Amino acid sequence: MLDVATPCTADELREEGFVDVGAAADVPRLEGRRATVDGRRVAVFRLPDRFAATDAACPHKGGPLSDGIVADDCVTCPLHNWRLNLRTGEVAGQDATMPIHHVVEQGGRLWVRLAGACDGHREPERAASRAAAPGPTPVRPAAPA
Amino acid sequence: MTDTLTTHTDVLVIGGGIAGQAVCEAVRDRSAELSIAMVCEEPRLPFDRVSLSHLLVDGKDPAELQLRPEEWYTDQAVDAIVGDRVTALDADAGTAVLASGRALSFGRAVLCTGSAPLMPPLPGIDLPGVIPFRGPEDCQTIRRAAAEGTEVAVIGGGLLGLEAAYGVASQGASATVVHLMDRLMERQLDDPAAELLEPALEGLGVKVLLERQTRLILGPDRVRGLRFADDTQIECGLVVVAIGIRSRTDLAKASGLDVERGIVVDDRMITSHPRVLSVGECAQHRGHVYGIVAPIHEQAEVAAQTVLMLDAAGEDTEVLGHPAPYEGSILSAKLKVMGVDLVSIGDADASGGGGATPAMGHATSAAVHDRESGVYRKLVVRDGKLAGAILMGDTRGHELLLDGVKHAIDVPDPLALLAEASQASPADLPDTAQVCNCNGVCKGEIVKAIQEHDLGSTQEVVAKTRAGAGCGSCKPTVSEILKVVRGGKVDEATYLCPCRKQTREDLAAVVREQGIDSVSELSKTCGAGRECGACKPGLAYLVSEVNHNQHREERHARFINDRVHGNIQKDGTFSVVPRMRGGVTTPSELRRIADVAEKFDVPCVKVTGGQRIDLLGIKKEDLPAVWEALDMPSGYAYAKSVRTVKTCVGNQFCRFGLGDSMNAGVELEQMIEGLYTPHKVKLAVSGCPRNCAESLIKDIGIVAIEGGWEVSIGGAGAGTVRQTQLLARVDTKDRALDVAIVFLQYYREHGEYLERTAPFVDRVGLDTIKEAVLNEESGEPDRLRERFRIAKAACDPDPWRERRAPAVPKQFSELDTEVTAMVGPPPGAEKPEIASVEGEDAGGQGARLSIQRVVGATTRKATDA
Repeated sequence: MLDVATPCTADELREEGFVDVGAAADVPRLEGRRATVDGRRVAVFRLPDRFAATDAACPHKGGPLSDGIVADDCVTCPLHNWRLNLRTGEVAGQDATMPIHHVVEQGGRLWVRLAGACDGHREPERAASRAAAPGPTPVRPAAPA
Repeated sequence: MTDTLTTHTDVLVIGGGIAGQAVCEAVRDRSAELSIAMVCEEPRLPFDRVSLSHLLVDGKDPAELQLRPEEWYTDQAVDAIVGDRVTALDADAGTAVLASGRALSFGRAVLCTGSAPLMPPLPGIDLPGVIPFRGPEDCQTIRRAAAEGTEVAVIGGGLLGLEAAYGVASQGASATVVHLMDRLMERQLDDPAAELLEPALEGLGVKVLLERQTRLILGPDRVRGLRFADDTQIECGLVVVAIGIRSRTDLAKASGLDVERGIVVDDRMITSHPRVLSVGECAQHRGHVYGIVAPIHEQAEVAAQTVLMLDAAGEDTEVLGHPAPYEGSILSAKLKVMGVDLVSIGDADASGGGGATPAMGHATSAAVHDRESGVYRKLVVRDGKLAGAILMGDTRGHELLLDGVKHAIDVPDPLALLAEASQASPADLPDTAQVCNCNGVCKGEIVKAIQEHDLGSTQEVVAKTRAGAGCGSCKPTVSEILKVVRGGKVDEATYLCPCRKQTREDLAAVVREQGIDSVSELSKTCGAGRECGACKPGLAYLVSEVNHNQHREERHARFINDRVHGNIQKDGTFSVVPRMRGGVTTPSELRRIADVAEKFDVPCVKVTGGQRIDLLGIKKEDLPAVWEALDMPSGYAYAKSVRTVKTCVGNQFCRFGLGDSMNAGVELEQMIEGLYTPHKVKLAVSGCPRNCAESLIKDIGIVAIEGGWEVSIGGAGAGTVRQTQLLARVDTKDRALDVAIVFLQYYREHGEYLERTAPFVDRVGLDTIKEAVLNEESGEPDRLRERFRIAKAACDPDPWRERRAPAVPKQFSELDTEVTAMVGPPPGAEKPEIASVEGEDAGGQGARLSIQRVVGATTRKATDA
């Protein structure tokens, strides 16, 4: 049972800077799918207890993280096995971090807000690279009124 | 501290590069009392300039290259004066004046002023866009230019120039190396090695122009190109000049010290004034100015000893004792370019240059040269002693050879030494030796990881250090190191799930006893596959194998290749290889393949080693439509499964043919296709012992002989080449295929995941396999046949049918795109068929027709030889 479903309305989510990326049912358990949010390619994953999202391209050689093998907390890039922790954004054994974007489920839809976009100051668009700054701690789902 | 009063320091180090830092450390190692001040001209603490190319390639933060953190200077009481410069040095008085106006008095001074890049006086050398390759700023300029797609020209084909050019190319920009001489790295390489280097660099995207003397750098407002002496020219937006270095000796000259090409020093590193020493690229010792890092450390050690002896001598400037003299260094160069293994040691060209010893005696050389594989290994022996080496393409044993050159060991038989070097045991390797070339892991890191994390198995070491996680060819070395570190106490178990330390046997027992039929259930029961997920494809194979393919298939447990039935490529696209049994096809199939290639703008159509056709660069979302248009079954070229049976034409056409290898191969492929295996399984059938289908380097190889067939197993033609071992000699083709299948099933049941048949046969033993596969009285072969039949009947003969009935939502498309209209009839309209062992259908029409067309006989009726 996923505990991230939010009672917010779609309008509220939109106001808060979330973007509808597709149907939750289209992301099978322990798989990833790719979508575009504000021009940025992101990968959305269904973990055993929640959804998670990060940038679509691996910081190593740009491999498609959405095609990686997903475990309880991490995804492994299919190209060279770099492993990304989907809670912290840390890349195992590497000096690299990835932004963790915020995902909520509402009415069967998945909504994503880019890391750094939550305070109203959107991060400048940048290529996914090892220079990517660590993403801020994902904010909690909007509290019900 | 104060800027008007004169401060006194016992040792004044002038220059804050690697040399200055090395001197500070070497002195401090020997004396805690002496006061040390270091004047650093650059606006930063000393950094590792040698690793500059890493800044370029990896985009590392320059701060990461800093040799010591700021606290070190406080802790070690080294007064680092950053961003200042000595403008006047009075050796007799022992005083120095800095640019800031500050004055210092000193006991001894060590000049470590290093070198400056040599910038030739060409017209246009001062244009914007012409830079040296010297500091972090230059790396930033180069990276910026590369990001903008600027064409970059590098003048200079030496070590530094090539590293700069590789850095540019690694950023995806176009790099051209312009070199004056007729070969690259002429000081470190001879002709054959340079000839191998050029194509290797071009393969990395670096263009090489030899024998080009730059006449003019084209402007006028900023650099636009280079014009050469022969009046040809190239366009470029950035020029990196890397033709060499010039010792920085201005201060020494102004102070009245002897200066030739560098500041002249003796074997104690003392200049012409006993109060002043010099170390590094600014120093000239016995006629040599060294431009590489290793000699700096050797010189710094000697300089520190000298400083201490001078100190002990007090005001007397004559040295009492004599430190172990510095006698020069052996030059050793390693090109830090990924994918090009190159080490040059000492006097590498038997004709002279590059060596540290000018006394040239009679030189001989011995070389092993394999143009095909790009390997060149050469030793130079002078007067019977090892003088130098070049190792290109295969640098095994270079640590050993460097040691040998340093100690000028006797070499009675150069070829024997070359052979010995390539077999140097991992125990002999220094910590700095790079063990894993794919992931750049050194022996020291491996040893440290084993000790710190108490690692007991090779697999754990691979998981922790990533050494061996690339191509895997260094895994035996990793195992050896593990054995050495653990004193032989190595945990030999191969874990299927290393996180939970669960072996295949442990997990298989759980699956059997609890009747588990899915990976999720297995994960839930014992935790396997939950932590990192890396073992999930192995668990998926285990669950499928134990359940004879009557398991619950879960796509999340499969590698992406098995989720979309194509082989993922470096850019995230996929390759598509249709089934082409025995390498036999038809005009109609070829026409469809050609049509698909045109219709989908397929970037590359390639014939594979397994006698099939590979369509490369297919986008994931195009896969269903491509399969539909091909109308051929999947060749399973992406899976750990039965791949293909390679064949020669055999007695249907060949005048030497003894058996109908082509039909036998097609039949065998039909009998086993679609089955997953512990690792990929490649097979071949040859029609005579000439063995044109290369049966003897396959997992299972069948060869027709006079009056029968031979079945052999455990060959390998890639990473480690292995010849098969004979399993059985039989009378008929049917029996040969039967033996092959019984062995295949035995391997399916007993192989560790990702264990090819070659190591499998080694581990289990040929006799054990023969007993299980051939001893009919035991009943085991029959049981293997039965389990094979069940598994085969339940396997998916053509997963490409998922184009019409996707296994999961959005299997081939993006989350936020419209649902792609599925090709062909709607889901459910066609019930997937289960292929029978006879392989009557499942898209097999093409192959069967082709045989009829080609040899005029039906597939199933091929006669025995």
